[in-house]
Amino acid sequence: MKSTKSLYSYGFLLPAGIIFFIFFLLPTMVSFFFSMTRWTLTDWEFIGLDNFIMFFKESSLNIGFRNTFIYAVMTSGTKVVLGLLLAVLLTSSIRSKDFLRSVVFFPTLISTIAVGITFSYLMHPSRGLINTALAALGIQGPNWLGDPALAIYSVGLVDIWKGVGFATVIYIAGMMSIPADYYEAVDIDGGNAFRKFWHITLPLIRPAMNSVIILSFIGGLRTFDLVWTMTKGGPGFSSDLIASIIYKQYQGGFYGLSTAGNVILFVIVAVLAFPLYRFLTKREVDL
Amino acid sequence: MTFRRKATWLSLTLALLLIVLSACGKGGNIAGTSGNESAKETADTEKTTLTLLIDNQTAIDGIQAVADEIKRELNIETKIELRPGGTEGDNVVKTRLATSDMADLMFYNSGSLFKALNPQEYFVDLTNEPFMDNVLDSFKDTVSVDGKVYGIPGGSTVGGAWLYNKKIYSELGLSVPKTWDELLANNDKIKEAGYTPVIGSFSDSWTSQLVVLADYYNVHSLAPNFAEDYTYNKAKYATTPEALRSFEKLQSLRDKKHFNDDATATKLEDALAMLAEGKAAHYPILTLVLTNINANYPEMMDDIGAFAQPSDAADVNGLTIWMPGGIYANKEGSNIDAAKKWLEFFVSPEGVKAYLTAMKPEGPMPIKGVELPDDTYAAVKEMLPYFESGNTAPALEFYSPIKGPSLEQITVEVATGISSAAEGAAKYDSDVEKQALQLGLEGW
Repeated sequence: MKSTKSLYSYGFLLPAGIIFFIFFLLPTMVSFFFSMTRWTLTDWEFIGLDNFIMFFKESSLNIGFRNTFIYAVMTSGTKVVLGLLLAVLLTSSIRSKDFLRSVVFFPTLISTIAVGITFSYLMHPSRGLINTALAALGIQGPNWLGDPALAIYSVGLVDIWKGVGFATVIYIAGMMSIPADYYEAVDIDGGNAFRKFWHITLPLIRPAMNSVIILSFIGGLRTFDLVWTMTKGGPGFSSDLIASIIYKQYQGGFYGLSTAGNVILFVIVAVLAFPLYRFLTKREVDL
Repeated sequence: MTFRRKATWLSLTLALLLIVLSACGKGGNIAGTSGNESAKETADTEKTTLTLLIDNQTAIDGIQAVADEIKRELNIETKIELRPGGTEGDNVVKTRLATSDMADLMFYNSGSLFKALNPQEYFVDLTNEPFMDNVLDSFKDTVSVDGKVYGIPGGSTVGGAWLYNKKIYSELGLSVPKTWDELLANNDKIKEAGYTPVIGSFSDSWTSQLVVLADYYNVHSLAPNFAEDYTYNKAKYATTPEALRSFEKLQSLRDKKHFNDDATATKLEDALAMLAEGKAAHYPILTLVLTNINANYPEMMDDIGAFAQPSDAADVNGLTIWMPGGIYANKEGSNIDAAKKWLEFFVSPEGVKAYLTAMKPEGPMPIKGVELPDDTYAAVKEMLPYFESGNTAPALEFYSPIKGPSLEQITVEVATGISSAAEGAAKYDSDVEKQALQLGLEGW
């Protein structure tokens, strides 16, 4: 009796299971296979792990790893802190709160490509609005995207501007769900606003903060579109990320090699993100 | 596990799946419905419609004019489909070929890129067509595989030349340099006079390759076996002094600070404006940009000249040239006879006339018996002596099927001082390895 019942319920899972298999599991497995071939779309030749060896020999790979890591830590770190500060501001009793919340969230809604193109004009060293404004104040602005040492940070700033609204919204949702009783308790004990923030808000928005950290960190690790629109990984290779290196290999027609790159990126994201997730959720407090 | 944790898990799983999806989904969906439409139209009327796939970077005025003439004369309508240029376009072409979704006619590079498409599988063999006699052999070589010819020239030859502003040259009393040292000396004087000696437009990074690529005439003259040895892994840029010199020339421009200060933020259009408006003296580039300059600064065209990239000796002085893209007929096209007629008309005297009326050539046409019109750009006229005296050589990509995809980033690095000429050459040597392995060449 028990076994028929469970078979019956598996039937309901079957449609979703088939879709999952065809559209998610199968392509993943196929990509693992093609990462071990020399592939021209019409023809392939099995070459074992040569693609992985070739990928690790890529001269710009060190830059790519370093930039990817810098970019992920810088953007997610800033979003976590700045988003929290903005959320505190926007949940306080200031005027036109709703309007300000929308303003913070707007950049998230704009297409990344449009943001990238706009900012690459704004950041032009001599004609861009940013440096023109700085020049009016008597400051010689840097060559934001053209200076090899600066390019990746300039793109990171734009990413933060664009993504901080999303982090803020998650924080706001977390803060709104904290019952007012806790704050009253602090009032009764004679605590000030800082104590409320430190002892009530901060521990209780931990789940929201963890989501922000993990989503923005993974987002940073696999960023591609913004860097590609703004610098194409340049000047030279100086703002290449792992994802842009993979894309350039794909553009060159090295399909097997770029698939191997994606497998490596998948592993890196998994290896970094899962322990981070476990570490963060262990310290979560239930309401 | 609380509900919140499950929700976080769910969003994380989604995020990971998105990574996989975004990695798989870059190919894009290219409209491929034209086949059905053209079939319907053919049924309705006697008129034949052919589709032509072309990239959106090439100026199509000339091709459009020939197509209009073909419609009048042969009652064959041409429907032009646009695709992106560069490596992105290569992927569109490869995907459409692999999925039997190619247009009837295809405009695409000649030389190594075309040969890498496996043409014998996809394109109509034109070797024995009588109209192929009109085409110069030097072009046929670039669209032939195993002795079979697959394409006609889709435009004029293009030089990899140094465009220069003649007003600045006459103001400072300079003459066209015959050696690299003379060029550097000219640059110093130009810089003293307050002009930018050489424009770098590294924001459009492909333009940074020209000093290296346009030096190939000199490499070819001094080391004639380089192309073949390089193809079969017997010679390297870094260890062949004549070839390494191409990278060193680029580095010397950077060492002497001859590029504009904001070169890394300068785009092609900015560069053309600087040259035409007389703010800068030199721009090493493909002469196909003359069409772009003419579109914005038609009155300046007489002020712009062209010379070949100098070698180190005055007696070696010739122009590196690029063959135009070819037009090829799809083997699985809807109407191969019509496609052949289309190609025949394109290289006929009437076709060439229609082309030249609509578009000024950026160099000589690789078609027999074509006289360039009198109002040809001054820069193109200055290129003609190189052709007449036989001092031209096709670029390396027409001799060898391997061209590394990262050359443009490497040349930006050399031109901005991130790496030296020797480091750049060594990086390029390891970059071409990927291409050679992908093509399955011997010796790699």
